Amino acid sequence: MAQISTPAPASVVGSFTREAFDAHLARVAHLPPWWLERQRAAYARFAATPMPPRTNEGWRFSNLSTLTLEGFNLPAPVRFDQLAHRELGVTGAGHLVFANNRLVASQPLDASTADAGIIFDTLQNALLKHGDLVKAHLLAQPSKLGSDKFAALHEAFLEDGAFIYVPKGVTATLPVGVFHYASGPGAAVFPHTLVIAEENSKVTVADFFRSDSQPSTLNPQLGERQFAVGGNDLYAGHGAQATYLAMQDWSRETLSFQFNATVARRDAKVLSLNLHAGARQARHESFSQLSAPGAHSEMLALTVAHGAQEFDQRTLQIHQAPNTSSNLLYKNALLDQAKTIFSGLIVVDPDAQKTDAYQSNRNLMLSDEAEANSLPGLEIQANDVRCTHGATSARIDREQEFYLESRGIRAAQAQELLVFGFFEEVLGRIEHQELHDRLTEIIREKFKT
Amino acid sequence: MSQLEIKDLHISIGDKPIVKGLNLTIKPGQVHAIMGPNGTGKSTLAKAIAGHPDYAITGGDVLLDGQSVLAMEPDERARAGLFLAFQYPSEIPGVSIANFLRAAVQARLAEGEELDATGYYKRLYAKMDLLKIDRKFTSRAVNDGFSGGEKKRCEILQMAMLEPKMALMDETDSGLDIDALRIVAEGVNSIRAAANPPGILLITHYQRLLDYIVPDHVHVMWDGRIVKSGDKSLALELEAKGYDWVKQELAPATA
Repeated sequence: MAQISTPAPASVVGSFTREAFDAHLARVAHLPPWWLERQRAAYARFAATPMPPRTNEGWRFSNLSTLTLEGFNLPAPVRFDQLAHRELGVTGAGHLVFANNRLVASQPLDASTADAGIIFDTLQNALLKHGDLVKAHLLAQPSKLGSDKFAALHEAFLEDGAFIYVPKGVTATLPVGVFHYASGPGAAVFPHTLVIAEENSKVTVADFFRSDSQPSTLNPQLGERQFAVGGNDLYAGHGAQATYLAMQDWSRETLSFQFNATVARRDAKVLSLNLHAGARQARHESFSQLSAPGAHSEMLALTVAHGAQEFDQRTLQIHQAPNTSSNLLYKNALLDQAKTIFSGLIVVDPDAQKTDAYQSNRNLMLSDEAEANSLPGLEIQANDVRCTHGATSARIDREQEFYLESRGIRAAQAQELLVFGFFEEVLGRIEHQELHDRLTEIIREKFKT
Repeated sequence: MSQLEIKDLHISIGDKPIVKGLNLTIKPGQVHAIMGPNGTGKSTLAKAIAGHPDYAITGGDVLLDGQSVLAMEPDERARAGLFLAFQYPSEIPGVSIANFLRAAVQARLAEGEELDATGYYKRLYAKMDLLKIDRKFTSRAVNDGFSGGEKKRCEILQMAMLEPKMALMDETDSGLDIDALRIVAEGVNSIRAAANPPGILLITHYQRLLDYIVPDHVHVMWDGRIVKSGDKSLALELEAKGYDWVKQELAPATA
């Protein structure tokens, strides 16, 4: 595995050269010209945009020296049977499995769901068969939180992903699962999941991000160095109810970017929950746009930060219409020398009276060497609103810890119980039992390593 | 059946000595009550024996079945058979009673041994029935938003499930109305009536509790020491004469 001993000067394109881009284009040449044109334009933007400068407020507290684009590659295909794949755990639910940017396995929706008009397919097929829908919603929101260079890279190299379309008035009774794997040293992946929930429809989508990687020779817990730039677009039409879960569990040496863009229309209700467990350095940007009256967005996140991991979370809640509400709750548990950054902004447009917006970042410090940074923010241009924000950092309560230990529970287990207790406020929002259990399992595994 | 020996125990909080040479032996299955005014070191004694990190043991020893527990971590002491029923049990939001008790029971199994979940729930429900606790209780977070009576019943439930060798009950009667007190006392008495009952150290401020849980021995504590011991009639005498009597009659003996 390549180790960089001295920080190289920030390269503009790194491994993502013009030749690499041309090789990518050759693989997607069958896709519609408008899309290829967008990819070319995105590549030009990526190449022309410098790496984030230290002066950029959107990168305050972030470690910029480790943001290198060197040493990655567009990985060769892998077969499904080479992956250590774990199922969604929901009987009969549809799923798509991608590895190294290609579809390797799928289970279609059952016939009755397909009859109801739900489309669950690859982005490539959607581009070919439902071009207008894709055009209207895929990466339709500009990057606003600082990662324009990486967002452009994602758009340029996006090869395939998942497409979920739920027509007007239809309820998808089972959740659908989308699995994205990165396999092999230096593998660069660009996963994407596009969810369109039309008027009064209902759907739950779960994204899993995982490395299929060999243990690093230096530290068996870390795995291989990989690169992931993932995106998710979630459009909820009038009265739609959409739930989106993302479980990020890349190898501990991965550099990860993840962009979520949510648009909630009139009376739509969106709940998104991001679980962050993996990666060495993971930047997550989440953007919710409440664009019509009555729209509601729940933005939830749980992070377990171990070792020298850095989790960098930037959020934006934009209220553009009256009577909209948003509720953000990001909870981080920090161990060892881990670092988290939360920077959130609530923006209320002048017309968005009666906005009810909440933003909260809570950090549970399990180590004296861990570092949690919080930058909550408000930008309110309407006068009749209720907006609150807050950030707290606290250690484990010693009396609670003693209470558990006095029952014979060992210190490590007591800590784990208290972390789950801390997370339960978020975990409890997941109504689907199997998905709730899956989240719990990933968190529990993280405590075992 | 187990024995607890407290030998010339000295306990400090910071630089301040609180318990100043306390001796007490609880023989298998016996119930001892320690009474005394506030601030005399009763709760300090219980918490320090359980291993609370705020209390420093500066002298003496505590032996459970002849083995000193002082070098053990609090969780080791608990697994060795000590149990502290807290005066003010911690509230632990987000952790259900079922998961909490399961972790405590699991911690007592050998490494690699899996808990028999069916057997665990069967036993838990039987103990809950005994303590007249609704089964819905198990899904509630530990002590979170509980009334005083619920908290104390939850302590007794834990004691019943964990089957300690020696239980230290710190002001279990405080904050309870008479009905709650009766239920809690019935729970303790049912534990006493079981095979291999634990030894019990009851710490209390009031004689009232001893009407329901009848002790074998009563000790009066003053300024960090036991200054008088007797049978249950001592509790009644104390009730009649008040703690001023302790101050005037018994304190000089230790001065």
